[in-house]
Amino acid sequence: MSVQHTSRRSFLKVSAATGGGLMLGLSWLTSCESDKANKADPELQMPAEWVTVNAFLKIGDNGVVTIMSPNPEIGQNVKTSMPMIVAEELDVDWKNVIVEQAGLDTENYTRQLAGGSQSIRHGWEPLRKTGAMARYLLVAAAAQQLEVDASELRTENGVIYHDGSDRSLGYGEVASLAATLTPPEEVTLKDPADFKIIGHGKKNVDARKIVKGEPLYGLDVQREGMMYAAIVHPPAFGLKLKSVDDTEARSMPGIHDVVTIDARPEGVEQQWSDVNAFPQLVAVVGNNTWRVLQAKKALKIEWESDSAPESTAGHRSALEDLLNDGKAEEARRDGDPEAAFASAATVVERSYSAPFLPHNTMEPMNFFAHVTEDKAELVGPIQTPEFLRKTVSALLNMPEEKIDIMMTRMGGGFGRRLYGNFGVEAVLISKAAGGIPVKLVYSREDDMTQGTYRPEYLVRYRAGLDEDGKLIAFHVRGTGANESPVFANRFPAGTVDNYLAENLSIETNVSTGAWRAPRSNFIAGAEQAFLDEVAEAAGKDPIEFRLELFERAKTDPVGEDNDYDAERYAGVLELVRDKSGWNTNDDKRGVAAYYCHNSYVAQVLELEMKGSEPRVTEVHCAVDCGIVVNPEGALNQIQGGIIDGIGHALYGAVTFTDGKPDQQNFDTYRLIRHAEAPQSIHTHFVDNGIAPTGLGEPSLPPVIGALANAIYRASGERVYEQPFAKPRELKG
Amino acid sequence: MATYNLTVNGTPRSVEAEPDMPLLWVLRDELGLVGTKYGCGIGACGACTVHLDGIAMRSCSLPVGQLDGEAITTIEGLSENGDHPVQLAWLEHDVPQCGYCQAGQMMSAASLLGNSPGADDAEISASMSGNICRCGTYTRIHAAVKTAAKKMS
Repeated sequence: MSVQHTSRRSFLKVSAATGGGLMLGLSWLTSCESDKANKADPELQMPAEWVTVNAFLKIGDNGVVTIMSPNPEIGQNVKTSMPMIVAEELDVDWKNVIVEQAGLDTENYTRQLAGGSQSIRHGWEPLRKTGAMARYLLVAAAAQQLEVDASELRTENGVIYHDGSDRSLGYGEVASLAATLTPPEEVTLKDPADFKIIGHGKKNVDARKIVKGEPLYGLDVQREGMMYAAIVHPPAFGLKLKSVDDTEARSMPGIHDVVTIDARPEGVEQQWSDVNAFPQLVAVVGNNTWRVLQAKKALKIEWESDSAPESTAGHRSALEDLLNDGKAEEARRDGDPEAAFASAATVVERSYSAPFLPHNTMEPMNFFAHVTEDKAELVGPIQTPEFLRKTVSALLNMPEEKIDIMMTRMGGGFGRRLYGNFGVEAVLISKAAGGIPVKLVYSREDDMTQGTYRPEYLVRYRAGLDEDGKLIAFHVRGTGANESPVFANRFPAGTVDNYLAENLSIETNVSTGAWRAPRSNFIAGAEQAFLDEVAEAAGKDPIEFRLELFERAKTDPVGEDNDYDAERYAGVLELVRDKSGWNTNDDKRGVAAYYCHNSYVAQVLELEMKGSEPRVTEVHCAVDCGIVVNPEGALNQIQGGIIDGIGHALYGAVTFTDGKPDQQNFDTYRLIRHAEAPQSIHTHFVDNGIAPTGLGEPSLPPVIGALANAIYRASGERVYEQPFAKPRELKG
Repeated sequence: MATYNLTVNGTPRSVEAEPDMPLLWVLRDELGLVGTKYGCGIGACGACTVHLDGIAMRSCSLPVGQLDGEAITTIEGLSENGDHPVQLAWLEHDVPQCGYCQAGQMMSAASLLGNSPGADDAEISASMSGNICRCGTYTRIHAAVKTAAKKMS
């Protein structure tokens, strides 16, 4: 996300409190928030009048400040952390800040997207400039009002002081004048040593609403005259709609309509986010969610073959065949790996696999849409609103400016809500049902069986050691349905003279997509478990073994495209070693480190075996994400990522029989629960003052390796196939 | 369709519904109380937890036909001003990430502590394990329940 400073239109006018948010002129803002704002202090007095300084900022006459949060909030806490950055440079007291979610507005904001742990990284400088720019204008206005030079003024907590004459003005007193001034080309940013908000934990700005059960989520949207809709999609991948008899369903209580929609008609432009195996769907529309879910069962639908049905056993054997015999794409080659392996004293070779995973956000997919002749209103949980609007525009043949999208707080995303098919479906249902306001709600079963699943992966590693236990050759050969998990230029590339990375993949009709820390969520665990075994074969402590490799990358790296900073990588490993009191002979602990999404994480994990099931008791985690904007939110992300990673590695899997997902709800799909989660997680941040990077994903990937390695230490058995806790029974 | 009389958060409410409509959808779609969340519809995730006479129940699995005359408490009615010890502990520990499951988590915690104020770690873990948090806030939930327990015992 970045800010467009040049546009005069974003520096607007005074607006009355009752019309809060008029500067954007979009209908959703009129209903939005002044009356239900996210006040850090519930006693905070609302101003009588607001001045809109720019698209991010409104300043009240009493000095209260509203900061717009343009990025979608999926639980990664950007709705708190990003406004903190603006507030810091603006120099206001956080207690006087109100945060409002902005809707999609491509004129005033860019990169309104939640994905890749990039919001903070991309937002850092533009958000600082936004706050600093506004502060500059407020000071300039005060200088005019006090008839002094701006250089004689200083600010503190929303007040501008002229120490020479012992006079002061609150931001609210100069805001309307400031809004008429021309913003400068450049502004001076604070010295990080002077930060008063950044680096100081702030609580989630929506927390009060969450604990009171106030409507926040897409599923909570209510509108006058709104109907509810449920979809029916083919029961198996490889099937498509043939015909529907809706006679009985239509006669059921509360049922308004049954419609058929096509999200992918010929000739309509698609976006990258339009990943959906089932574009043709039947939808039931009625006056209550439960009634439409009941009416689904009364539909008589015929399905027909679209492509050959696939099964988990078939996927696995195809991946194994390909890994053994397939012609790979060579992604990186250093030195002469074949000769090095031939001369190695020891060769370690191991394969690792992981299944398809559904996202299983606790809030199932849903969206509100109201499509009329000349406009469309959409409200709901979406990580990629800009792309959703493009697709809707193409499907409705309606200009984008006629389509409003408001992002609600999301009940989890994890990548699923990058793919907005549910939003498209809501739009098509609203239109097909006669232009009515409608909220589409997926049942849990719809959600789990119409996924954009994490791909299934299989990877083989080989390592060659010389007689002294030095790593002289490394080979990674990865495959998956439908992508290879290998990152050719990540560690240990750059640390070994003879290196080969290869990619292979098979096609599948199962729809796949990004899942929290795409590819890293598998390959980190595989790589870190493999390195543990290689270290053991070399007779070295696993941390010392890795540090030796980083030393090589620091002093004499192989190749030039190495995608990590060896200093920072080694730094988190050393930090976790020291903080955890790591001992080579610990018999219940495993270690791992990984770099992805621009942040470095190392973990030491301790567990107990409860019968055949591991139970993680404690995790030490060292993190280098540069400056930690909001330590409170950062800790929460790290803890959550660790528990999420442990849970999916131990229990997560969706399998297929004749194209049909075998798991459809939480009775057969196991997610980690309270008693299975570690209660002791210690997080240690590296304090280096580097510009911040994201934390939504980086703590998840390595914990799977640390878990695998701890299982080995505690049980004596290496684990190679996820889910670790319950070996998958192949079916079909 | 029949008429059912419920007391919801202390207020008498009357709803027209089929007897097998789950309480969850009566609350959400008929009464507009959307704080109680839908997660699975089969009583497996706990997102829809409410209190029936002070005991945590899964509202997705309670047909309204069996509830005539009963008193229901939802998250909206757990306290008047959001200041039940469980709610305050959730704020203190900054528990939520996405927040979607937390209404159900808090209703389970309030029921546990209402009936067993001195609940120990094992009891907390066991009785909170019916509520799934996909974001993995269990560590904070556990700490918050303990904080609330101290205030309530």
